[in-house]
This record gives sequence, structure tokens and C-alpha cells, in this order.
Amino acid sequence: MANRIGVYVCHCGTNIAGKVDVETVATYASGLKNVAVARDYKFMCSDPGQETIIRDIRKLGLTRVVVASCSPRLHEKTFQNACLRAGLNPFLFQMTCIREHCSWVIEDRDEATKKAEHLVAAAVNRVNHHQELYSRKEKVHPDVMVVGAGIAGIQAALDISKAGFNVHLVERGPSIGGHMAQFDKTFPTLDCAACISTPKMVAVSQERRINLLTYSEVEKVTGFVGNYTVTVKRKPRYVNENLCTGCGLCMEKCPKKVPSEFDEGIGKRKAIYRNSPQSVPNKPVIDVENCTFFRKGKCRVCEKNCPSGAIDFTQQETELVLDVGSIILATGFDTLDPTPLITYGFGRYPEVYTGLQFERINNAVGPTGGKIVMKNGKAPDSVAIVHCVGSRDVNHHPYCSRVCCMYALKYDHLIKDKIGHHVKVYNFYIDMRCFGKGYEEFYRRVQEEGVTFVRGRPAEITDQAKTPQEEGKLVVVCEDTLLGRTLRVPVDMVVLCTAMEPRKDTAQVARVFGVSQGTDKFFLEEHPKLGPVSTATDGIFLAGACQGPKDIPDAVSHAAGAACQALAMAARGEVTISPTTSWINPDICVGCRICVGLCPYSAIEFDERRHIAVVNEAMCKGCGSCAGYCPSGAAQIRHFTEKAVFAEIEGLLDPLHRIIPAAVVDDLWSSKMKQEA
Amino acid sequence: MDRTETDFEPTIVAMVCNWCTYTAADLAGTARMIQSPNVRLIRMMCTGMVDPKYVIKALLSGADAVLISGCHPGDCHYINGNYKARRRVKLLQEILPRFGIEQERLKLTWIGASDGNEFAATINELTKRIKELGPSAAKSTMVI
Repeated sequence: MANRIGVYVCHCGTNIAGKVDVETVATYASGLKNVAVARDYKFMCSDPGQETIIRDIRKLGLTRVVVASCSPRLHEKTFQNACLRAGLNPFLFQMTCIREHCSWVIEDRDEATKKAEHLVAAAVNRVNHHQELYSRKEKVHPDVMVVGAGIAGIQAALDISKAGFNVHLVERGPSIGGHMAQFDKTFPTLDCAACISTPKMVAVSQERRINLLTYSEVEKVTGFVGNYTVTVKRKPRYVNENLCTGCGLCMEKCPKKVPSEFDEGIGKRKAIYRNSPQSVPNKPVIDVENCTFFRKGKCRVCEKNCPSGAIDFTQQETELVLDVGSIILATGFDTLDPTPLITYGFGRYPEVYTGLQFERINNAVGPTGGKIVMKNGKAPDSVAIVHCVGSRDVNHHPYCSRVCCMYALKYDHLIKDKIGHHVKVYNFYIDMRCFGKGYEEFYRRVQEEGVTFVRGRPAEITDQAKTPQEEGKLVVVCEDTLLGRTLRVPVDMVVLCTAMEPRKDTAQVARVFGVSQGTDKFFLEEHPKLGPVSTATDGIFLAGACQGPKDIPDAVSHAAGAACQALAMAARGEVTISPTTSWINPDICVGCRICVGLCPYSAIEFDERRHIAVVNEAMCKGCGSCAGYCPSGAAQIRHFTEKAVFAEIEGLLDPLHRIIPAAVVDDLWSSKMKQEA
Repeated sequence: MDRTETDFEPTIVAMVCNWCTYTAADLAGTARMIQSPNVRLIRMMCTGMVDPKYVIKALLSGADAVLISGCHPGDCHYINGNYKARRRVKLLQEILPRFGIEQERLKLTWIGASDGNEFAATINELTKRIKELGPSAAKSTMVI
């Protein structure tokens, strides 16, 4: 029996109807083969819109449904569910996009209408070849993995553990805490960063549901949503964590000093080290690259001095294989290295610092014990703070890093507070962006404290004095765009508010987890507005600054959102797996085995007895590599079968060949139908 | 089709990957990036599932060009489907002239999910190029 297709053309208010003549499209559709009814409606996704479909399926006995509206990425599920409610298999539905690909991008009304007609024709043609498919349900492993233990990762892990689920928290560094652990104060409340983050770090280490894996990296991820298998590489600490009491004697005695990464290179650490006295776990690690024993074969000072015998030079790298249901990526950000911006003199002039270095100078356990001093030990009399270093700059990062304006204001306050009111503080900004709760108020407060704001990006920072006042100082050369005048501002110290940027190895991490990167190279969310936490890979979520620049409250709320998504999956206990997998017709397969080699998931096995290839549907993800090549045409992707795609192509191109107007053909067709009836 | 060379409007079929280029097309739409109306998208889950038959079918059914577009190399949602597409397109371009079809009528590009403007630019550029190239001879010579 012929199919009875219902076609629904959406106005989307004026979004579609403003450019596409929807009534003409519906009339055109009503003349297409097998179309039983074609309607246009103001909002198809609305309740009455969906009800229309349901009513028609029931009353007119529709066997197929086509909706021409927005992108299927937005509402395919909505309409599939409507079909399901009316008792029609959701895979007997086809959606075609006449908004994003038609009305919104075509200027000419006739052209837009014509394209919409072609797209509808293709969808109608294709839907004839759809088959009923049934999604399968898979159990979800209740454990969750969180990658990265900065404030976002910590928050996500704590939220999940609070709900009663187990978390594996993987951190690359020797301690958790991330960038937040490097700060002294947080804006705009001027909370002590350690006071709010340390209790969370300790809670992570004490929570029995959190399996904390520091000094570890994820190497491989296999499996699918709800059932991921993750291989974690555990780097050797060369310190037995069970024996070490964290007394710190080894670090005290170690003879080798190197620049500390945690102190952003301005402080020193030993070859056996921990980030800070607040480190969690509070156990040191040996840095093989700098350890005298590993380099020259002798020293062992730490071993000799360790009262608990915890030093173990024989430790090897180990691998851990973990099963988890979902993964939260919270890998954070890097800050831009301002060395390439040579006009700012970073690396050339000792008194030019990055924002993070200045955080360390301010930090009570930093290299200066929290005193704002220059390299000569004296407090500066004047400080320049340069905003947007590498941000909002087409040569580096076009985006705004969101946090710099606010941390610059924090520095302004800290300088005035710690050194004294006499210190001159100059902010060189492009626009002040104080958008958060209490941020504008903080801006006002800092202005009232007597800080100078100069609107303009500095052209140069130089030590070439032109006047006696500039002798021995750094001079910031800048055009004040509000005054329209060039300024030369002599200062003792310069702080560069460097951009937040994606981690150096984001591309590699993206590959391991199968997520995409956006234009700015941060991880790409599923939808910028409606899916800011999920990714295109089911069961992998994003938390914090790995998705884009965020301040602490934003990172924490983002992380809580990611935890909620992961918990929703874990609590439900099962996921629906799409049935659009590959199928190899045993009657056609000649056993050439090409598909076996092509399958990226090793989902195709060769049946020696029958001499044919067989798909393991649990492993198949439906990429179609096999179907795209199969020389005999035995391998087919369900829902993307050769017949369906051919029909779609014909539908797109058929209208081109129509010599007689469509209406005449349809009349002929309907009279023929009547005769047959 | 009684089209003259001067008002020739090509028909281009684009087979695009759901995860990257289709998303980029949506983004270009949301951002209202005006595009020439000649391109018709077919959503595939991966460029790796584009059977060479589909390309030939489209070209012989009246398309003046076929665009295949997927994720950037190394960024495939299905690990390496785009590499397979690249290989197939390369081979297919060797074969097309035997059907009387110029190699240029089959184009492969990588357009990531966030490259909305690149999508619009590619569409406009390709349409312009095919307009210069003229109607596909395959349409008039081949009977399917």
C-alpha cells in the first residue's frame, strides 16, 4: 500500500514566512507523490502545532510525516516525540530545514520559496524509504570521571559525590586547586582565595566517594555513552604516598633549586617539591628532569633525610583502567605568554610582570611572602596595569577574556591597600567590562580610592628616558583616546593583564575525548545558548574555562551544571542508543573484508564459517565508513540507506526537470489515482 | 531546461557532515549570513558515509556540482571518517572526466562547527566558480 505522508510547513512567526511563501510551499507539497495532507501553520513546534500532527496521524491514517521548519538539530526530537505519541514510529519522520538554510540566508523571496520547495520535495521523496527502527536501551555505569581538578573540577566532583555517586577525579599536576590556588584574593568580595578553595580541596581528599588521582593523565577513552572505558596513566611521584607524612624535610634538604611553575617562574622550588603548603595531597613529587640523582646517578639526599622512608626511586609509571558512565572535562586554561608582544618588554625589563606573576607576588605563601615589592626588595611608587594584553586583539585573541578588567581592579585595590595610598596606580584600558554581581560597585569603589584610568591601549613600554623624571623608570607610551593626547607615564612596575587562552595541548585532549574545538580553540559546546555544558559526544560534558574564559563564579556554576547532567544520566541508570547503525546484508556480502579494516570502532567481525562480515551493533556508532565503501552494497546504514539518499537526491533535483507545471502533473496524478481506485 | 549561458543558475548538491558543516550551516543561518540560493544540503552523519555513487547520481541527475564537507582533519566525530572521504574524493576526481564531468564539479572542504562565516563564503565562492564553468554537460548528454 502506498504511503500516506503528512507535510507540515512552519511559518516560525515571520522567521520563515517573512521570506518563504509558506502557503505556496504547502500547496506544492500537496501535489507531491504520496502526500495525503499538506498544511502550513504559524508555529509547528507549539502545542497546537504538534497536536495537528497527532490528530492527522490518527484521523487521516498517516504513515509518514515531514516537517519543514528549523534545523533538525533544534527540533527533530520534538516532532519525533509527537509522532511517537500518536503511535507512529519516530523514524518514519523527516525534518527539513527551511529556516537556517533558507529564509534566513536568501535575500530573494522567490529564490527562497523555490529552495524550500526543493527541500520539501527531497524530504517527501526520502521519507518513503524510511523504515521503522527501535532504539535500544543500555545501562549506564554509575561512576563519573572528572578530568582536571581546578575549582570547576573540584566543584563537579563534590556535587556528584554529594548525590551518592562515585567520582574519579584525574589531575595532571602534583596537587589539585588549579589556577585558583595561585591567587591571593578574589574579586569583588576580596575573599581570601585560599580560605574558600582550601576547604573544598580538603573535602575532595577526604570524601570517600572521590577517587583522587593526582599526577595522572587520561591516555585513552573507548566505549560509548554510559559505558566508557578510560585508561589513566599514573606518573611516578617517587614518593610513597602511604608512608609520606608531608613533613617537608626532603624539600628542605634537597640541594637543587629551579624556577617554580606554581610561582610563575618568579620563585624557586626544589627538585623534590609540592606546589604550596596547602597542596592536596600534601605529598611532594620528584621532578625527574631536575633531580640530581636521576640526572647524574648520585645524591639521594631526600632519601637519607626522610624520617618515614617514603622516597622510592624504583617507582614506575602505571596504568589504570576505569569504567565510567560519563566524563566531565574541566581542563581549564593557560594564560598568554606576553613575550611575543615585544613592545611591552616582558622578559626584557625585570619589572614587567604578568597577571599571574602578580598574583603570586600578592600571595602570602608566594616568593615575597605577600609583599608587593620589586626585584630590588623595595615597594614600587607607581604601577601601570595594562588591560587586554592579547585579548580583543586580532593579532592574538579576538575574544574578550572576561576576567582581566576585574582582576585589574582587584590589583588596584591591593596595591593601595598593601603599600599605601601614595602609590600611583594607572590602568590602561580599552573598555571597562564590569558585568557581574557587585562588579560595577567594586569599579566605583576603586575609582574612589584614587586610581587613575586611562582609556587607550599602550603603544610601547620603554626604559628610554626623555626627561629626568623618567630616569630609571619604565615609561608607558599611550594615546589617551578620551583626551586625544599622547601620554608618557613613568612607573616602577608594570602588570600585564594577559589573555586567558586554551591549554597548549587542547587539540590533543580533544582528540582523546572525541570533542571538537571552536574557532578560538576552546572546547566546543553542543549549542552556544541551549547546550553550553554538553558536547556533540553524548556523555561528555564541559565544566569551567576549558569551554571559554570564565571567572570563578561562572566556572563554579558551569561545573555544577555539568555535574547535574552527569548525575541525570547516572541516576536514570539507562540511556537510549540510536538504532542508526550499520547492517550488512548476509545475502549480498561477498566476504571481501574491506569493511572490517575500515571500521574505526572494530565493530565488524568476520564470520569464517559463513564467509561474511557481521556488525556488532553494540559497538557500531553509525559512521557509515563501511557503507560508503562496500563494493557489493551489502553494508547499509540504517536511516541513511542507499535508497533513502538516492531518493533525497532525486527529490532535490527532480523539480529541475519538470517541463509541465507541477500543478498539471499533480492533476494528472490525482486523476490516475482516482481511476485506479 | 531552456537556460541560456547568461542567466545560468547552477544547482549544487552539498553532502555535509552532521557534526561540523551542517552545524556551521545552521550557525551561518542564525547569524543571517546571506548566501547564494543554489546550494541544497543533504545531511549525512559523516563524510565517511558518502558513497561515490551518491556523487555520481547527483551529477547525472542534474546537479552542476557536488560539495562534500566535513570536520577538519583530526577532528572527525567518528575518528577518521573525513580521511576516508578525502581518499574517495581524490579517486572520484580521477574518474569523473570519463563521465564527461570536470573535476572541479566535485569539491571537498573542511568546515568546522564554529565556522559559520567560512560556510557562507564557501557556498558563495563555489556558486560563483560553477557559474563561470557553465552548466554540466552530463545533464544533456546522459540519460538516466
